Amino acid sequence: MKKDNLQIADKVFTSRLFTGTGKFSSSEIMQQAILASGSELVTVALKRVELENDNDQMLGALKDPYINLLPNTSGVRNAKEAIFAAQMAREALETNWIKLEIHPDPKYLLPDPVETLKACETLAKQGFVVMPYIHADPVLCKRLEEVGAQCVMPLGAPIGSNKGLKTQDFLEIIIEQSRVPVIVDAGIGSPSHAAHAMEMGADAVLVNTAIAVSPNPVEISKAFKKAVEAGRMAFNAQLAPQRDKAEASSPLTQFLYE
Amino acid sequence: MNSFKKLLAEYSWDRELESIFAKSDADVQFALQNRKRGLDDFKALISPAAKPYLEQMAKQSRQITKNRFGNIMQMYAPMYLSNECQNICTYCGFSLTNKIPRRTLTDDEIKREAEFLKNKGYDHILLVTGEANSKVGVDYMSNAIQILKSYFSNISIEIQPLDQNEYERLIQDGLYATLVYQETYHRETYKIHHPKGKKSNFDYRLATADRLGRAGIHKVGIGALFGLEDWRADSFFTALHLKYLQKTYWKTRYSISFPRLRPFSGGLEPKVEMTDADLLQLICAYRLLDEDVELSISTRESEVFRDHVAHLGINSMSAESKTNPGGYVVEPQSLEQFEISDERSTEVIAEMLHQNGIEPVWKDWEKSW
Repeated sequence: MKKDNLQIADKVFTSRLFTGTGKFSSSEIMQQAILASGSELVTVALKRVELENDNDQMLGALKDPYINLLPNTSGVRNAKEAIFAAQMAREALETNWIKLEIHPDPKYLLPDPVETLKACETLAKQGFVVMPYIHADPVLCKRLEEVGAQCVMPLGAPIGSNKGLKTQDFLEIIIEQSRVPVIVDAGIGSPSHAAHAMEMGADAVLVNTAIAVSPNPVEISKAFKKAVEAGRMAFNAQLAPQRDKAEASSPLTQFLYE
Repeated sequence: MNSFKKLLAEYSWDRELESIFAKSDADVQFALQNRKRGLDDFKALISPAAKPYLEQMAKQSRQITKNRFGNIMQMYAPMYLSNECQNICTYCGFSLTNKIPRRTLTDDEIKREAEFLKNKGYDHILLVTGEANSKVGVDYMSNAIQILKSYFSNISIEIQPLDQNEYERLIQDGLYATLVYQETYHRETYKIHHPKGKKSNFDYRLATADRLGRAGIHKVGIGALFGLEDWRADSFFTALHLKYLQKTYWKTRYSISFPRLRPFSGGLEPKVEMTDADLLQLICAYRLLDEDVELSISTRESEVFRDHVAHLGINSMSAESKTNPGGYVVEPQSLEQFEISDERSTEVIAEMLHQNGIEPVWKDWEKSW
């Protein structure tokens, strides 16, 4: 069987499980959990990093040849701030990858579609690899694709809620229509949710809270790793169809033979 | 820049044809039950292996069409504006070398034809020409659309392929849709049937839907002319084209037609026969692949066939069509592009649809958009 890697911009990933760095009880646990997950792309909130400090504890814990850092703009409220944050991240972390998160609402952290589209267009023109976190809005996803997003990251449920794929119907449309990778971000609370997203044809999932807040982050990381692999394998193999009930009625094609 | 040409180059005709014929009974059963059908399922559904499942396909196709479109049929009428043509196409009555009187409708004649169709109830109209860029070019079409705008809500064209900026101009004038059939996706066979004229350029024609998408048109119609090559392979490539266009130009709607070679004066015998059962299988396969795509049937097909497919997947049809310029009132006896088969009047077709529990829809567009 040919290799089933995921490519985004110039990078090739063997793991389709992306992870985050927030909410862990310690840097050590975070490090162990991320390593156990096999994740090769790990998002870091720029606001959490001590940019002046060369020995930032979180960044130190993520120094691994397989791990790529994905700075995110969490905390910004509009396009202007996001663009500034992305430029800062590029300088400080020496990467042109940026996870674009613009949530003016501090309670549910729901993304602002208008500002996200604006920021994405500008950042893509400036040569950033933009990965926008957005609502499961199929039209917005196409618009982002058109202005140069390298993938789209629609949410499954409100961030941190662990409620699973509440937006399933819309995610399915996005997956069907998209010409860039679709990464389900936010809401994935259990390995079965992750597997489900992968079975539906998502290219990857991003999981943070469900790992960080579990009583056993390292063990649950391993479970997520297996779930994502199993879901992907099932997608490639194709699921057996659910059976419809047969309905009897008068023949519709008899006229061909009369 | 996106182009279907690039995608098509990744495929081999022979390999696809072979894989269609290799589809098994199990592949067909899988495709029938698959919730999210893809091109591989489409191949199974158009394969010979699906023939024993035609009744089941028809049932599903009927149900999907009802769910998506309701009990309605979009009605349209073609209006031939000109039979001038600089192309040689082996299968067409308007071909350059056919010694027929050539005629292009004047403004006044266009209005007379329009009045006839308007009185019949039509509000969606399809303007058809040959390919004569100097006589019947963009200026002529622009003028025709502007005249016809005051009669009809929805204007489509089936004319020679144009450049993007030319489409943009016609869209500004009020053009809604463009139909452009590749005839066959088999490059070498295409060459044989289009030896001369601008149409002999396979790639320019192939890229037409891309140009239309970039121009921001509302609807694009694609299809193959059945009889030139194997209908199964041509249909697979049409479906591939459809899926590519839907993803790339996502604001545009799409329509598929299924023209089979029809007799005309001095005409061509089909290389590959497509039976009624084959055509029904194809229509159902398209509907099972795509709930939303418009499936359109013209008066090329017989009364019996049209009466039945009207509720088995088709959601757009014409009636009482004339395939000669001025054919409705101006000059009914001029030579046709091809002979139509179902010659019943619009009123009879509307009554037939009503009998089948289907409402003919005449207007489904607002021209001020």
